[in-house]
Amino acid sequence: MKKILTYFKPYKWQSFLGPLFKLLEATFELLVPFVVSLIVDKGLGARIDGGYPNADRPYIVWMCVVLAGFGLVGLLFAVVAQYFAARTATGVSAGIRRDLFKKLQSLSYKDVDKMGASTMLTRMTSDVDRLQAGINLFLRLLLRSPFIVFGAMVTACLIDPNSFGVFMGAIAALAVVVFAVMFICMPLYKKTQAKLDKVLLSTRENLTGARVLRAFCQEEEERALFDSRNEALTKEKKFVGGVAAITNPLTYVLINLAIIVLLWTGAIRVDHGNLSQGSVLALYNLMGQILIELVKLANLIVTVTKAAACGSRIEAVLKMQPSLIVEKDGNCSQPSQSKAFILFDNVSVRYVEGAEEALENISFTAERGETVGVIGGTGSGKTTLVNLIPHFYDVSGGQVCVDGKDVRCESIQNSLRKRIGIVPQKAILFKGTVRENLQWGKSDASDEELWAALRVAQADDFILEKGGLDAPVEQGGKNFSGGQKQRLTIARAVVRQPEILILDDSSSALDYATDAALRSAIKELKTTVFVVSQRASSVRDADKIIVLDDGKAVGIGTHDRLMETCEVYREIYYSQYETEGGAAV
Amino acid sequence: MSAKKNGFATTSPNKNGTLKRILRYVGRYPMSLIGTLLCSVVTVAASLCVPVFFGDAIDCIVESGVDFTSLTAIFAKTGVAVAIAAISQWLLSLCNNRISCNVVRDLRKDAFDKLGSLPLQYVDTHSHGDTVSRIIADADQFSEGLLMGFTQFFTGLMTILGTIAFMLVTNWKIGLIVVVVTPASLFVARFVATHTHRFFQEQTRVRGEQTAFTEEALTGLKTTQAFSHEEENERRFNEINARLEKASMNATFYSSLTNPSTRFINNLVYALVALVGAFDVASGAFTVGGLTKFLSYANQYTKPFNEISGVITELKSAFACAARIFELIDEQEEISDRQNKPLQNVTGNVCLNGVAFSYTKEKKLIENLSLQVSEGQRIAIVGRTGSGKTTLINLLMRFYDVDEGAVLVEGQDVRSVTRNSLRKHYGMVLQETWLKCGTVRENLKMGKPDCSDEEMIAAAKAAHAHGFIKRMEKGYDTLLSEDGGNLSEGQKQLLCITRIMLTKPPMLILDEATSSIDTRTELKISDAFHTLMEGRTSFIVAHRLSTIIGADCILVMEGGRVVEKGTHAQLLKQKGAYARLYNGQFA
Repeated sequence: MKKILTYFKPYKWQSFLGPLFKLLEATFELLVPFVVSLIVDKGLGARIDGGYPNADRPYIVWMCVVLAGFGLVGLLFAVVAQYFAARTATGVSAGIRRDLFKKLQSLSYKDVDKMGASTMLTRMTSDVDRLQAGINLFLRLLLRSPFIVFGAMVTACLIDPNSFGVFMGAIAALAVVVFAVMFICMPLYKKTQAKLDKVLLSTRENLTGARVLRAFCQEEEERALFDSRNEALTKEKKFVGGVAAITNPLTYVLINLAIIVLLWTGAIRVDHGNLSQGSVLALYNLMGQILIELVKLANLIVTVTKAAACGSRIEAVLKMQPSLIVEKDGNCSQPSQSKAFILFDNVSVRYVEGAEEALENISFTAERGETVGVIGGTGSGKTTLVNLIPHFYDVSGGQVCVDGKDVRCESIQNSLRKRIGIVPQKAILFKGTVRENLQWGKSDASDEELWAALRVAQADDFILEKGGLDAPVEQGGKNFSGGQKQRLTIARAVVRQPEILILDDSSSALDYATDAALRSAIKELKTTVFVVSQRASSVRDADKIIVLDDGKAVGIGTHDRLMETCEVYREIYYSQYETEGGAAV
Repeated sequence: MSAKKNGFATTSPNKNGTLKRILRYVGRYPMSLIGTLLCSVVTVAASLCVPVFFGDAIDCIVESGVDFTSLTAIFAKTGVAVAIAAISQWLLSLCNNRISCNVVRDLRKDAFDKLGSLPLQYVDTHSHGDTVSRIIADADQFSEGLLMGFTQFFTGLMTILGTIAFMLVTNWKIGLIVVVVTPASLFVARFVATHTHRFFQEQTRVRGEQTAFTEEALTGLKTTQAFSHEEENERRFNEINARLEKASMNATFYSSLTNPSTRFINNLVYALVALVGAFDVASGAFTVGGLTKFLSYANQYTKPFNEISGVITELKSAFACAARIFELIDEQEEISDRQNKPLQNVTGNVCLNGVAFSYTKEKKLIENLSLQVSEGQRIAIVGRTGSGKTTLINLLMRFYDVDEGAVLVEGQDVRSVTRNSLRKHYGMVLQETWLKCGTVRENLKMGKPDCSDEEMIAAAKAAHAHGFIKRMEKGYDTLLSEDGGNLSEGQKQLLCITRIMLTKPPMLILDEATSSIDTRTELKISDAFHTLMEGRTSFIVAHRLSTIIGADCILVMEGGRVVEKGTHAQLLKQKGAYARLYNGQFA
């Protein structure tokens, strides 16, 4: 919970004043039984022949006015307290959401995969909501309840010191009950939220995978799966609800037992003349107040326990360490004397400890303005290789340098990605307009710049058709076809006029004619280009082609050279062209 | 309605309608409901007796001599009442918990069932995050509200009625004061509730917006990082977040005014009771014990008033949530195919008859498309990117319905048979692969759950997926994360191909099925593909000419229309769009 507590810092005063005013309000409530006992003992006077001939009526009126006054002051204090509590709760949860989102964006893709997008989403939404509700109640009532309980005890001692034992015993027993229930329920609530994650997973999958699931007629199976997950969640909820429901009856029994003991011992002392009837009445009222407070508390315990369970789930996300390493400049090992723009020096990558290496001992250089082709089979490590340049992954051996600096250096880290335009394999667009999506590349790009980029990406004609730069883009770019999305993502990368442009198999959905036009347009840009592809035609004209096979570079050179020396490259080439002349298979 | 203005509600949320529907869900559990009512009565009756007994007890404790025998008897009665109250209270909680859990389960189930029968158009055009938020967060909040409502509403009501009756019987004068003054607190509570409702609505709406944005940020994480767009995203998130904070603050604060205001009124009542009661005691019309009962009743009686008013605000927000779920449940479903017969004896004859289709009315896409495909034929669909190739697949699979004309399979209009039977006869591999969160095995066996492991492995070997599957952590039992997040696009495609190879349907739809697979591997699996296509009608969207040339018919699409139709040789001779495209490959 420590991490969550830091979010209260900006609301130090509010989170102090809220409970404080609540306590003040409670104090006035505690005085009520006191005043009532004054009315009985002093206002009514002595009981004579079953009547009260000496009753002091003005005194009674006066005391009742005091009671009403207490109510008014209590109201004012309560409003102030509620305000501060709400302020703190909503402020704290807004802060947590802000940081959760920030954390989310700082995590590497691998980290999110490991955790699961669904649970990430529940934690950012439902868990924070519950936490907020919990904090609000905590500030408003949870502090008030113990205060009333102990306050009632103290008041009782003032009225009759002998009642201390009964009050003390009752409160101790109640504390045990409340904490025991909390202790048992907390892990159960966590389990419930985990089950909710599963329900969310089902829901999400049936939206993202609607086409495939329907193509395979999986609707019934999915319903059955959802039902079973939903049932599991319900069962867990019922169970934990049943356990939590014990609190209330149990506290009720305990308090009433205490009242019986209190009245019995009180009766003995009244019989001996050591105690007044009014005092017994006050003690009874005080115990009653404890009961009311505890019933409230029991209801709250549920909410607060849930909130605590949610809080710890949130904390788990906040505590996640992004797996990428960023070194202070001083700690960066300086690269060899190479003056190359981009340098891969004996680079190896291993995703998981103990697994096989995804890339093994790759070394090459690339100069400004050069085009580097990366070709190889599915899973040969092409994407991994280019993802090392913007430092999306860490190398496990060797180093990657841009402009003579290790990409892990802090000084380059901030500017590095801004200098790179990357077009990922999976074309992802965001809800908004075409303009907004393109301006991801460069936030202040003018319309001319945007159109120029669209022309390079061969996307200008269909964007014109769709209604220009202000045409809407639906979530995930659903209103564009696969090929259109690819071209838009290319335009997005080109807009920023990057020093390094990385095309990660980003023309796979384009037909040959468009692909060819795209390639020649990119050539015009005169920037350093990395082209990852499975098509020999896409990399053929590159200044340097890196041929990957199972994570190893089996050939580096120009097309002509590789045709002579590299067996794998020849195989790839011939699988696409029957003869060197270029007729299709 | 403000919700409508914001474009969230397609149907205006009718509050009474919502309540009626919730009650219908609750009504499914009559036993629990009876249990709730019964236990409420018992709990309230028993717990109302307790202060009476204690009042009597206090009357026994007088300075002039305590009556210990009566005291013992009273305490015995009290013990019994307390025990009954405690037990029935617990049972009451169990019943309430059961109802609220079951109702939410049913609601979620109905909403989820709906997802499966919504037209794809809905899925394609609605924010996934918002839909998820309805089924998860809204349902959750609804369940909380309902539970609270049930726990406190009935007992509250019973307590109020019981107390009023008792007070009027014991001392009608004071009773009358209480009865007359207290409704003021109800009035205050109502006032607050009506004025906070819109804050709750606003909170729910902004929350949905935020979920949608977060969901988008999650799926586009890689892109965000590639473009260092984190700050801009954060700025937008924080903007929504600030609005949520404000909406939340308003809803929380204003609704929390209910309790202090009603408590204030209660305190006034308390003071009045004390005043009048004390005067009555002074004049001998009342005992101190009687006054005690009254005071503790005034407390007990006002407590449920507070609770009920608290419950009202809680229920308001619960209703707002329920309305959003109902909105989803009320969405127009796909045209039902329950009356339809299943499609049988499919050999692969497909016919498109004057088909017209468009996604939006403004933009015509496919017009008057006719096509005759006989069994075993291979149809290649080519065209520039975005020329409408995928639309054709949407119509064949009946993901969307044609606007005019008809799609016939074996001479039967696809609208006259069940969707499932139609789709079962197609095998589909899309360019945009999708895998579910589960083991590799579960994913592969999706189309044919009863196949043996040997069959599965044979298919995986044919698709050249066996190799990399074996190298994965736990082989076929490796858990794939959502949407196969830990696999490359090519690997995902190989899995999708394996999935199809297992089902061996009479018709195939391959939409750029090998676009992410390298050509060497593709060559290797092409044999398997050829065997698979043997004797099967196949529709192939492709840009690789190698796949296209051998087709029985090539459809050349442009701007959503089929502009040319024929074999490779015929089309080349025409020197039209196809010829341009073909020559373009070597440009």
